[in-house]
Amino acid sequence: MSSPILGISFGNTSSSIAYINPKNDVDVIANPDGERSIPSVLSYVGEDEYHGGQALQQLIRNPTNTIVNFRDFIGLKFEEADLSRCSAGAPAIDIDGKVGFAINRGEDNVEKITVDEVVARHLNRLKLAAEDYIGQTISKTILTIPTDFTDVQRDALTAAAAKSGLKIVQFINEPSASLLAHVHAFPFEKDVNVVVADFGGVRSDAAVIAVRNGIFTVLATAHDAKLGGDNLDEALIEYFAADFQKKNQCNPRKNARSYAKLRSNAIITKKTLSNATSATISVESLADGFDYHTSINRMRYELTAGKVFSQFTQFINTTIEKAKLDILDIDAVLLCGGVSFTPKLANNLEFMFPESVEILGPQNKDASNSPNELSCSGAALQGRLIADYDADELKEALQPVVLNTMHLQKAIGLLDAEGKFVPVILPETSYPVQKTITVKNAKGDFLIGVYEADSKIKETTVEPEAKPESEAEAEDSEEWSDDEPEIVREKIYEPSTKLIELGIKDVTKGLQIIFNINKDAVLKVTARDLKSGNVVQGHL
Amino acid sequence: MLSLPALTSDITVSVTSGTKLTESVRRPIEPVGKDFMHHATRTLRNHTWSEFEKIQAEQNVQKVDESNVDPDELLFDTELADETLLAHDARDWKTADLYAAMGLSKLRYNATENQIIKAHRKQVVKYHPDKQSASGAGLDQDGFFKIIQKAFETLTDKNKRKQYDSCDFVADVEPPKKGSEYDFFEAWGPVFASEARFSKKTPVPEIGSLESTQKEVEQFYSFWHRFDSWRTFEFLDEDVPDDSSNRDHKRYIERKNKAARDKKKTADNARLVKLVERAMSEDPRIKMFKEAEKKEKERKKWEAGAAARAEAEAKAKAEAEAASKAEEEAKAAANAKADKKKSKEAAKAAKKKNKRAIRNCGKDNDYFGDAAQAAAIDEQISLIVDSLDDEQLVDVADKIKADASAAKAVLAEAAKGFVESGKIPASLVAYFA
Ligand SMILES: Nc1ncnc2c1ncn2[C@@H]1O[C@H](COP(=O)(O)OP(=O)(O)O)[C@@H](O)[C@H]1O
Repeated sequence: MSSPILGISFGNTSSSIAYINPKNDVDVIANPDGERSIPSVLSYVGEDEYHGGQALQQLIRNPTNTIVNFRDFIGLKFEEADLSRCSAGAPAIDIDGKVGFAINRGEDNVEKITVDEVVARHLNRLKLAAEDYIGQTISKTILTIPTDFTDVQRDALTAAAAKSGLKIVQFINEPSASLLAHVHAFPFEKDVNVVVADFGGVRSDAAVIAVRNGIFTVLATAHDAKLGGDNLDEALIEYFAADFQKKNQCNPRKNARSYAKLRSNAIITKKTLSNATSATISVESLADGFDYHTSINRMRYELTAGKVFSQFTQFINTTIEKAKLDILDIDAVLLCGGVSFTPKLANNLEFMFPESVEILGPQNKDASNSPNELSCSGAALQGRLIADYDADELKEALQPVVLNTMHLQKAIGLLDAEGKFVPVILPETSYPVQKTITVKNAKGDFLIGVYEADSKIKETTVEPEAKPESEAEAEDSEEWSDDEPEIVREKIYEPSTKLIELGIKDVTKGLQIIFNINKDAVLKVTARDLKSGNVVQGHL
Repeated sequence: MLSLPALTSDITVSVTSGTKLTESVRRPIEPVGKDFMHHATRTLRNHTWSEFEKIQAEQNVQKVDESNVDPDELLFDTELADETLLAHDARDWKTADLYAAMGLSKLRYNATENQIIKAHRKQVVKYHPDKQSASGAGLDQDGFFKIIQKAFETLTDKNKRKQYDSCDFVADVEPPKKGSEYDFFEAWGPVFASEARFSKKTPVPEIGSLESTQKEVEQFYSFWHRFDSWRTFEFLDEDVPDDSSNRDHKRYIERKNKAARDKKKTADNARLVKLVERAMSEDPRIKMFKEAEKKEKERKKWEAGAAARAEAEAKAKAEAEAASKAEEEAKAAANAKADKKKSKEAAKAAKKKNKRAIRNCGKDNDYFGDAAQAAAIDEQISLIVDSLDDEQLVDVADKIKADASAAKAVLAEAAKGFVESGKIPASLVAYFA
């Protein structure tokens, strides 16, 4: 068997790798230390190079030779890079206009490494981990990238990967990869609009994606390079620091090493609180020789980081606005990235969003338990899919003529017996397309009215009902249902243009209606009597 | 569940004139997933949705079609097996290979009726004189077509086919050359399989394998020894003239034919008997069974002698056991004797030692402070010692050994005992009593 195409999700904070094993399952690969979420960190102690979790541990003792958060620097000019990102580790330096790092390799030997080289070394470590796990040499990969990566960045990644012995056969967007993995495991039953929200360590990304007949179209994207899990860490650090200062009259923030210790413990505490309702922290000699022991419960944590949590929710709202959609147009929010393990995130969304929006996070039984493994899994799935295509076929398939496709702007559907519009083909459906609906037990003569429709949000004010005395006593229901009128919002379709009308007679045993739009935007509607096979057809 | 409005006016199709779909927008779609790959194929091949579905459906159907080829066709000859048939004189059709003419050279007697009909149809299409002359072939090809027709006639008549098959020597399989090295089953399997076609009885047992049981092998050969063949040699008859004028000649020919047939039949039976004999003599299984039988006999013989052998063995064993037992007993007795002697000697030594210890106790204890009476004390102790029985001796000696200072009291007690029992007069042990 030829060796599989490796799916790589390369993050600023951590990276994951996956492949499709011979049993045809997605296998997320653990490195030799057993880490499935492999910290994107390289650290040097003299001759020795450390990677992943081992490198991350060096951040306290050996920060200046420990490189963190470097992914986004690839392909950027030195002055474009947000260097504050790597303040916890090795400071960035300018190497020929690119970002780089000066690493002490023992004695007076200082090695200057460009970010391209750092990325190559990191990818090589991932490749080795995969080969160790699979027992085959790996030469091809599908790499996921943020939707805002430039061509220059892609080229730089391609070159770095080549240096590590990997050919990138396809770049795919992180949100699409995650959505692909989700759909593979939990297929949607109908066409949907999904917000894919990825909350990482130092940045947050979101995309509104229309899923039509299994084809994904990105309607809007949003990025926040200053929002992520690190903000939660900082809230916790600040909480602990203030507590420590009060107890010991000594400020742990002013010493870099004390701060690094606090940070490392805050991250552990944060992750613990995703699973447990309380956590203890215990740091020996945190600052000025004082130890620090305390415990914190989940509620305190959620209060402390409350502002950050509302930023996450707000970020999703902004993305939906950018797509010029209403929240009622959204069917689901898919939560990805390490931060999505946090229960508060999903809780907030479930509370803020109407019930029609399904929150697909680890709390949902119809979603993955590992939101941080979605994108590498999607990459692996895509790798399996294109393994059957040769390079030319693939290149052809990725041409602009294939990718840039016409998309419908208004819903097309028909009127039911009550005169209500029933959408059949949703806006943002790419065509050519064909959709078939079956009316099983139809009997008699029918009118099939095909319309184009606009969707509107209808708001109705519902006056609170006068409550019977006894129920007013029941406190819990009473609490928040004060006497303010409630506004109910719902999404409705208003047929705007009549397109085609078909009449079909003497149907005895059901009816099939086929909507077809060819590549020249010609709509054709066909009604077929399931029993007699009689056909009525009209087209624009 | 969708419910449609009823039709109120009498329309079939009404398209609102001049309407168009709202202007579409060109956007990139994400190049991931199988649905995208399908989209790419559709776009690149410029297929409409329906065409694409049709092509996919066709691809599936084709796979099925391919495996649907008439399996019979594969068994027919693709080319004429024997080119000389084309030039064969049609009048001499009986000497032609009729199966080859039909394109059935591989199937022969195995061809089913259905296959014969199918094969004939194929040959007719190919070799019909109309077709042949159209393609410029000479008239003589007519002859071959006649042979085909004769073949069809013969092979579709049950009786005639039997007669033909009987003389279809091409289908006979020769046995392996004598003295050559061969695999028995590979070489003889096909021989028996071809001979089996003439069996009146069915099913015919198969040759089997090295793993066959003796019973199976015996049944196989007994079947062939008693083989009942329907093979007949009428097909080789000399043509009987049907001119009625020469009746004698006709009868003569008929008699001659009958004689020839019988002769051939006898020869064939003899051939088969020889064949089976030879096979049997070369069958490795028969050898195996014979060998096994021989071994079994030897084993039985050996077993018969076994009882006697066992008895003798048991006897010898018993004798040996008895001897060794006696020896052991003797040894034990001697040991016991020696032990007894040894213990006696030990007891004697102990006694002596005890006596000496008691005797000396006066001297050892400075005569209990009465050195003046030393001689008397020694004498009296000596008397006491001699009067002690074995048990008392040990007791007294032990007591003295344990506590020398109590020696006088111990001896006094003993003396008192003797005086009281009257064994020794009090005067003789005056010092102690
Ligand atoms: N179990 C968890 N609970 C809460 N936060 C977590 C958990 N696991 C990881 N994180 C946080 O998720 C962030 C990293 O997310 P990740 O998706 O790996 O980032 P990136 O894709 O940017 O590399 C970090 O802030 C990390 O602390």
